[in-house]
Amino acid sequence: MSKPLLKKKTYGLLAEYDSARAIYHACEQVRDAGYKVWDSHTPFAVHNLDKAMGLGPSVLPWIVFAMGMTGASLALLLQWWTSTVDYPIVIAGKPYFSWQAFVPVTFELGVLFSAFGAVFGMLGLNRLPMWYHSLFNSERFLRHTDDKFFIAIEARDPKYDPQKTRELLERTGALHIEEVED
Amino acid sequence: MAQYQDELDPITGRKELVDGDNVTFHDVTEAVARPIEVPSSRWWIAFIPSVMLLGVYLISIAYLLYMGTGIWGLNNPVAWGWAIVNFVFWVGIGHAGTLISAILFLFRQKWRTSINRAAEAMTIFAVICALQFPTFHTGRPWFIYWPLPLPNQMEMWPNFRSPLLWDVFAVSTYFTVSLLFWYVGLIPDLATMRDRAKTPIRRFAYGLFALGWRGSTRHWLNYEKAYMILAGLSTPLVLSVHTIVSFDFAVSQLPGWHTTIFPPYFVAGAIFSGFAMVLTLLLPLRAWFKLEHIIGIKHLENMAKIILLTGTMVGYAYGMEFFIAWYSGNPYESYAFQNRLFGDYWWAYWIMVSCNVITPQFFWIRRIRRSVVWLFILSIFVNIGMWFERFVITVTSLHHDFLPSSWDYYSPTVWDVSTLVGSFGLFFTLFCLFVRYLPTVAIGEVKSVMSIANPHYHGDGGSHGEHH
Repeated sequence: MSKPLLKKKTYGLLAEYDSARAIYHACEQVRDAGYKVWDSHTPFAVHNLDKAMGLGPSVLPWIVFAMGMTGASLALLLQWWTSTVDYPIVIAGKPYFSWQAFVPVTFELGVLFSAFGAVFGMLGLNRLPMWYHSLFNSERFLRHTDDKFFIAIEARDPKYDPQKTRELLERTGALHIEEVED
Repeated sequence: MAQYQDELDPITGRKELVDGDNVTFHDVTEAVARPIEVPSSRWWIAFIPSVMLLGVYLISIAYLLYMGTGIWGLNNPVAWGWAIVNFVFWVGIGHAGTLISAILFLFRQKWRTSINRAAEAMTIFAVICALQFPTFHTGRPWFIYWPLPLPNQMEMWPNFRSPLLWDVFAVSTYFTVSLLFWYVGLIPDLATMRDRAKTPIRRFAYGLFALGWRGSTRHWLNYEKAYMILAGLSTPLVLSVHTIVSFDFAVSQLPGWHTTIFPPYFVAGAIFSGFAMVLTLLLPLRAWFKLEHIIGIKHLENMAKIILLTGTMVGYAYGMEFFIAWYSGNPYESYAFQNRLFGDYWWAYWIMVSCNVITPQFFWIRRIRRSVVWLFILSIFVNIGMWFERFVITVTSLHHDFLPSSWDYYSPTVWDVSTLVGSFGLFFTLFCLFVRYLPTVAIGEVKSVMSIANPHYHGDGGSHGEHH
């Protein structure tokens, strides 16, 4: 009983750089070569690298805005409903709907929901948590959280060609290029 | 003043934020991660006394639960004693962490990157300490969920017009948002710890919380946006929290409490005390963990300047309170302030003024701002002074209210003292565990403000005017 030999799939090519400056110019070249399914990996957010990669703005602010409005509206609705509809009671001679007194809780819940939107929205847009990723198969990639900078061009990019893509990455001044298994 | 000449960044012309020649990214990773991976035995010198104090706290709380709040020195009219004093003190401490992480971020103060992690941790632990006091002050902490708007068999709802209820929402939101902000900042650094881990347990533990972070630029794009939004949310939040804490006092009718100056005065005082606590914690930390080149003398000097500013604002508020007490022509208000100065608690008032008004004025002198020893000593005085400020506000107004027949003198019992001292045990134990297991400096953020992180950096000491 021998298992059929699984042919290992290729995730893509991983190129290594050693400075923010190098990865910045390399990204510009990969972008200009017309690749779409690729990414760069850096130990910190390199300023404007997203523009060098040709990425658009994040949609996160819209998620946060929607969440914040939801939180504030729910808070105001709760306070209005409990004090005018469900259990109307006169407190300190104030009207049932004394909205001035309801501002703090409305504000706090608006902030709370916005913060949930910001954090979980960010994780959702980034598809995190994702504890397995093909790039973690590369031993050298471990340095991406320390002092090395990487570009990964995926094999499923329509322009991907093992030979030509490798040549492009060599031209960008990569210090080391390797093929990563999926 | 050549002795104070700092090294300058070749591109921006500002002070280099990491000291030393040719510091690489790897050096920064090593400097921060090394003390966690190879712990120093000195850590126990801080940890063991902290745990002992935590024991004092647990015993105090156990006895409190057994006997009830009668073991404290509370009386009528002083029904708000040390518990509320300690609550306001600890919440205030927390505010510096949020100021550093949020407000300084929005003002693009890059020096914050080396201190924000520890300061945010301090915020979270301080708020944990703060929450203990109102919880146990209720007398029946197992009913602490009653302020929440939960449907119940009495079909009643909490009173949304009460500042005490606002406080529940404000402090719990503050705690949650601070925790989220701190954790978001930690994710890339947890990934650093994961990738350096030599043992499977460490790799698993750091890896679990790093969520599979892989430094992708597509991720950084959303991450940085989330970080900025959280900073933008935390800024009004932190101002609202101590404002609402001050409403607990200001919305009441008591002379000495019923003043409109309270919200800004409380916020300034909170930041003042919080920065003092940041200094108290960071000065030993940077020495023991050998982080003096990352948390440099310039960072300490900047913090001293903020203490000077906020301390002066607090001093102004003290003066303005007296002016208004006189100018309002209200005899009760005037009496409350005379009573502070010369009444039964005159000693507490003068401790407060000496520590909070006089101490920060030393920071006008540059040599003192840049002296580790002076900073440490003065930060302790500020901590003491700000505790006394809350004591003065709470107790002097309560013990002599409108009716002389109900006046009384309030003094704490040994259990009041042990609970306060014990809460420092809780705080320091949590902080010790933090410095033992988590990166005390935001590694990724510090790297991003080094001059070599700039995509225009050439390595030969200057930019050549490239534009993109």
